[in-house]
Amino acid sequence: MALDKQTVAKVAHLARIRVEEDELETLAGEMNSIIGWVEQLGEVDTDGVEPMTSAVDLKLRLREDAITDGDYPDRVLKNGPSTEMHFYVVPKVVE
Amino acid sequence: MSDMLTLTLAEARDKLRAKEITAVELTDAYLNAMEQTRDLNCYITETPEKARAMAKASDERIAAGKAGAMEGLPIGMKDLFCTNGVQSTAGSHILEGFTPTYESTVSQNLWDAGAVMLGKTNLDEFAMGSSNLTSYYGGVKNPYTKAGSNQSLVPGGSSGGSAAAVAAHAAIAATGTDTGGSIRQPAAFAGLVGFKPTYGRCSRWGIVAFASSLDQAGPMTRTVRDSAIMLGAMAGFDAKDSTSLDVAVPDFEAALTGDIRGMKIGIPKEYRVENMPADIEALWKQGIEWMKDAGAEVVDVTLPHTKYALPTYYIVAPAEASSNLARYDGVRFGLRVEGKDLNEMYENTRAAGFGAEVRRRVLIGTYVLSAGYYDAYYLKAQKVRTKIAQDFKNAWGQCDLLLTPTTPSAAFAMDEKIDDPVAMYLNDVFTVPASLAGLPGISVPAGVDKDGLPLGLQLIGPAMGEEAVLRAAGVLETAAGFSAKPALMAA
Amino acid sequence: MGDIIKGETGDWEIVMGLEVHAQITSKSKLFSGAATNFGGDPNEQVSLVDAAMPGMLPVLNAECVRQGVRTGLALKAQINKRSVFARKNYFYADLPQGYQISQYEEPVVGEGEVQIDLADGTSKSIGIERLHLEQDAGKSLHDQHPSKSYIDLNRSGVALMEIVSKPDMRSADEATAYVNKLRSIVRYIGSCDGNMAEGSMRADVNISVRKAGEPMGTRTELKNLNSVRFIRQAIEIEAKRQVKVIEGGGEITQETRLFDPTKGETRSMRSKEDAHDYRYFPDPDLLPLELEDAFIDECLKSLPELPDEKKARFMADYGLGAYDAGVLVADQETAAYFEEAAKAAGDAKLAANWITVELFGRLNKAGTDLGDSPISAKQIGELIGLIKDDTISGKIAKDVFDEMFETSKDPGVIVEEKGLKQITDTGAIESIVDDIIANNEGQVSAYRGGKTGLLGWFVGQVMKQTQGKANPGVVNKLLKDKLDG
Ligand SMILES: [Mg+2]
Ligand SMILES: [Zn+2]
Repeated sequence: MALDKQTVAKVAHLARIRVEEDELETLAGEMNSIIGWVEQLGEVDTDGVEPMTSAVDLKLRLREDAITDGDYPDRVLKNGPSTEMHFYVVPKVVE
Repeated sequence: MSDMLTLTLAEARDKLRAKEITAVELTDAYLNAMEQTRDLNCYITETPEKARAMAKASDERIAAGKAGAMEGLPIGMKDLFCTNGVQSTAGSHILEGFTPTYESTVSQNLWDAGAVMLGKTNLDEFAMGSSNLTSYYGGVKNPYTKAGSNQSLVPGGSSGGSAAAVAAHAAIAATGTDTGGSIRQPAAFAGLVGFKPTYGRCSRWGIVAFASSLDQAGPMTRTVRDSAIMLGAMAGFDAKDSTSLDVAVPDFEAALTGDIRGMKIGIPKEYRVENMPADIEALWKQGIEWMKDAGAEVVDVTLPHTKYALPTYYIVAPAEASSNLARYDGVRFGLRVEGKDLNEMYENTRAAGFGAEVRRRVLIGTYVLSAGYYDAYYLKAQKVRTKIAQDFKNAWGQCDLLLTPTTPSAAFAMDEKIDDPVAMYLNDVFTVPASLAGLPGISVPAGVDKDGLPLGLQLIGPAMGEEAVLRAAGVLETAAGFSAKPALMAA
Repeated sequence: MGDIIKGETGDWEIVMGLEVHAQITSKSKLFSGAATNFGGDPNEQVSLVDAAMPGMLPVLNAECVRQGVRTGLALKAQINKRSVFARKNYFYADLPQGYQISQYEEPVVGEGEVQIDLADGTSKSIGIERLHLEQDAGKSLHDQHPSKSYIDLNRSGVALMEIVSKPDMRSADEATAYVNKLRSIVRYIGSCDGNMAEGSMRADVNISVRKAGEPMGTRTELKNLNSVRFIRQAIEIEAKRQVKVIEGGGEITQETRLFDPTKGETRSMRSKEDAHDYRYFPDPDLLPLELEDAFIDECLKSLPELPDEKKARFMADYGLGAYDAGVLVADQETAAYFEEAAKAAGDAKLAANWITVELFGRLNKAGTDLGDSPISAKQIGELIGLIKDDTISGKIAKDVFDEMFETSKDPGVIVEEKGLKQITDTGAIESIVDDIIANNEGQVSAYRGGKTGLLGWFVGQVMKQTQGKANPGVVNKLLKDKLDG
């Protein structure tokens, strides 16, 4: 499966990373070499094998429903690159 | 002062408690050492004032007979741990200037045990790398150089700043995090003990996430005893981390009995990789002999899926990372580069904020999760991961621990390998399998190569097998008697 | 019966499935300890986890799981003992993590079924595909500034149940009945307050059109409809649009559309351009959720009598018709009000009638609801009691009811104060009847001459003299006896 420039551009947009047109070729080359290399996993017979999603053999722990956090807007907004009146501010979004 | 810098963490602890030295003196010695070694670029942020204040408070607690396990010991904190009021960058431009209003659980545990923070150590950007060369804040120089050469070598990564700092005596110990070898590989490159505990032993809360199912914090120290002491302070159940192990923290130091008679040490034949340097091959053989001499039984075992660990890792880790790093979008913290609309702002911010390696991994991760490719790549990798973990489970039927080399080479030059990502990834060939399986693995400095560069041997144990790992590591350390000293070291 | 759209080329049928997002009633958020109250100051009910600060991790709220399972059980659905939280990845200004934690391949609740009650008294079964737990996003305010949007994360991380139906609905009536029924169920069991105005319930409508008997057409998704009225309008407008596009030779694009009630149109949502590629994968910060049988049993035991069960009981025990029973069980307060009134009245049918016709009519006119009714269930029962024991007539009862609605006084007190007690004493009525017959010779002879329709006039005269208090049965009988005899 070779990634072409167009696929790389599409993936870059999905990941919201600007990639200049003249970088696409190099990036496609690098990604192809990595993808080509990982494709050796195809050799492994995984029929009937459950995927491993966690490295611990635990059951999900639940917490009690109680208000134990929040109520500190200044801490939440402290590092905001642009804030006004306790809101984060972004370029206008058109739905 | 210089005497103080050669003390191990355990020795310094004992002298502090015996009031032979004070925490303020010890901290001043290290702050001075940090200045002397600044050329190595171990730290992204130094916190001398905080260090002095913490040391002073430690001396007061020692005087009051209330010393904690790490009381007065000055350490480096990998800049992947969020620290309250102190810039936390993850080695990335995108987090430059980010000052958390919270403290990671592991760093808080260390401060609660009395440790003193010297600063935030350098690392590969978002812990993605094995060289520390991907840091936005510049590469770190390994304090070791080849005999008769002054070419700069990498300290390994991603915890390269921590490794260099501890080796160069710019910290008595440091924290690391290990996703595929990021504690063990730099420890091996810098002649240190690096211990990645069982996944879930140390809380991940407040550590900038790279790959959530793999990330695990651990100590980087000069000795195995230091490692045991520091891990004891870092570890513990944390209700804020759903993958935290709800088990008591053993007295790891007490596990260092020096007695491994009857212990079964497995030697996985698949770790004999092609083109392995003769020095490493020889050291591994030597390690086997040391284990036998100490009364352990050595058995050959097989981990048949070993060769698939790296490609598995390079699907799973980037996939998780692509999602974990989505929050760096210029809205709530960190860098923002404006654009004509929201999407352009995102794209500009993330292009300017992420370095080449991070960008590459995020794109790979996005690709392997995207529509039409998920089953072929991500799901496949998660199934192979099950088989890799099963290999280890099978091995535990025959042995108690595994002994392997830590890395397939010694530290390399700062200008090598950077152009070929896959060649760089091969650094982690021996460390990644245990990461995928969530198992504890320690690297112990065991010898030097023909150029005088440190080499490490790795011991891997079953889940929660830290005590056995430490016990055997202590025996290995004693037998090896590693005594190399870096060329660049504060005195 | 489904809605039919008359197109230029023939009749079109609408096919719909709904995804309803219902906010789970809980004190704190799905994965953090921040509060969930409505209407807090901006970014006040936000934890570091909700703002997706670096290194923050989710921990699941047990109550949200319990309410999700209870809702699943109330929908007669399969409960999955193992379910998995996944990340749904997309970028949006009010989605701090860059992904929503949701459930994808393995939801906590599987297939189930809901009966909807239609206006003609019939019911229809709507299939439930699944129910899963997920986080809500924050809120973007687009109208505060000409070139900026403002982001408030108070809702970020609030627990939602997404209830996905099968494409079983064929009309706007069915869709709204379905939403009303879901609302009724979640309110009964207390898993969601059902407050659509505050965003506690919102519906996404997947809608397509087809000619009868043809396979399903391409669907569009109408997003975030937050009132039953908007659901109805959006369906009607979108279905017509689709027919127009197809009949005009165009094709429907599978896309997410926004309903604009002020312009009365639906339009494509630019912000959803990546909707086809969410890159779902199991959230590595969480482990699979495993439920014990005992826990599921506890959830089942905790369920109250549900609307359908109550409706069946009202029909069987009180002899109510399907429509009245359906109206009375729509919410628990109404059902309880009815049962108390019926008990006090000793006549369930009369109670049902007085409540659904008189009381609801008055409440509706006053723009209020049963919760604020000035008349208690006991009082309405007493009023019916007064009719039944002939203390007052049905006609007087309406006046008394009006007075009760104004003053909240007991009906007995009003009857006493105003002297409205019915005159059943035959002697007293007879003397009035005699007087009227004696004083209206003309009418009497006309009646006796064959104009028997004048009986009503005589009754009216008696009622006038008694201010309506004479027992109408007695009046009629006496008049007939005397005039005919
Ligand atoms: Mg949906
Ligand atoms: Zn949803």
